Amino acid sequence: MKNIKFLIAGIFFGIVLVKAQVISWFRIQEMFQLTSFHMYGVIGTAVVTGIISLQVIKRFHVKTIAGEPISVAPKTFNKGQIFGGLIFGLGWAITGACPGPLFAQIGSGFTVVGVTLLSAIAGTWVYGALKPRLPH
Amino acid sequence: MELVKFIQQPWHWSVSGLLIGLTVPVLLILGNKAFGISSSLRHICAACFPANISFFQYDWKKESWNLFFAAGILLGGFLAAHYLQDGQDIQVAAATQQRLATYGVHDYSALLPSEIFSWSNLFTWKGLIFFVFGGFLIGFGTRYAGGCTSGHSIMGLSNLQWPSLVATCCFMAGGFFSANVLIPYLFKCFQ
Repeated sequence: MKNIKFLIAGIFFGIVLVKAQVISWFRIQEMFQLTSFHMYGVIGTAVVTGIISLQVIKRFHVKTIAGEPISVAPKTFNKGQIFGGLIFGLGWAITGACPGPLFAQIGSGFTVVGVTLLSAIAGTWVYGALKPRLPH
Repeated sequence: MELVKFIQQPWHWSVSGLLIGLTVPVLLILGNKAFGISSSLRHICAACFPANISFFQYDWKKESWNLFFAAGILLGGFLAAHYLQDGQDIQVAAATQQRLATYGVHDYSALLPSEIFSWSNLFTWKGLIFFVFGGFLIGFGTRYAGGCTSGHSIMGLSNLQWPSLVATCCFMAGGFFSANVLIPYLFKCFQ
């Protein structure tokens, strides 16, 4: 039951992704062809909102609804962010989706994207299998 | 019903961005969860095909909130597409429309072009590239990078993490190359 709230948060987020049109293959092509400000506006506003929210949470020691302290683990650098980042970028423009939008594209009726999702799961699995041999 | 009509209009980028950004504090306040979606793909691997790979040997059930969140996104996508759209064509920049016409893409009635994203393309070169190859790059690349647009570009940048800035720049570099060099080349090959 404790996970129902995350299901509901996901529903709201899925609605926002569709209405923001960030799941649109067209918007992704525009972003990378530099013909529209839309995606830059969305991501930029989201980051600014996130920065302000985290500052407020840290300054005022905001707690979770269960009364626990909130902490965010820092990200540590490795070369995977460069190699993996470039590889993901290639796939982002081809499919017009990152992992979140994949789920929203399927829900919005493009069921063939289910194949893309299965392939993404396979890609994750292959990474897990090859991880010890990849440069990090 | 006035409210539904209001929501059905296309949203301004600032409204969309604000609501996406607010997902960061909402997930933290709901249960100290860091926003990020590509991890769900790892949890699916760990749950279904761990195959003795050390990367998939962990208690994925502890992270099951992420799978509920992903399932919610799918449901939300359904609700928005069926009840919260105004039925108008998507407005795409003229320069991009011209370029897409050379790819044979003309259908702007939905968020994705039917010329590419349909089942009839699945067993063609187009389908192989756009669904199978593209999906593989997303799954492999995001895990290698340790996150995707949500985990790095939104959550990581919101927490002022420089490795996330490196990752975001690489996402963009890969995307620019893909959209301006690779995709035009692929469509030339399809013709």
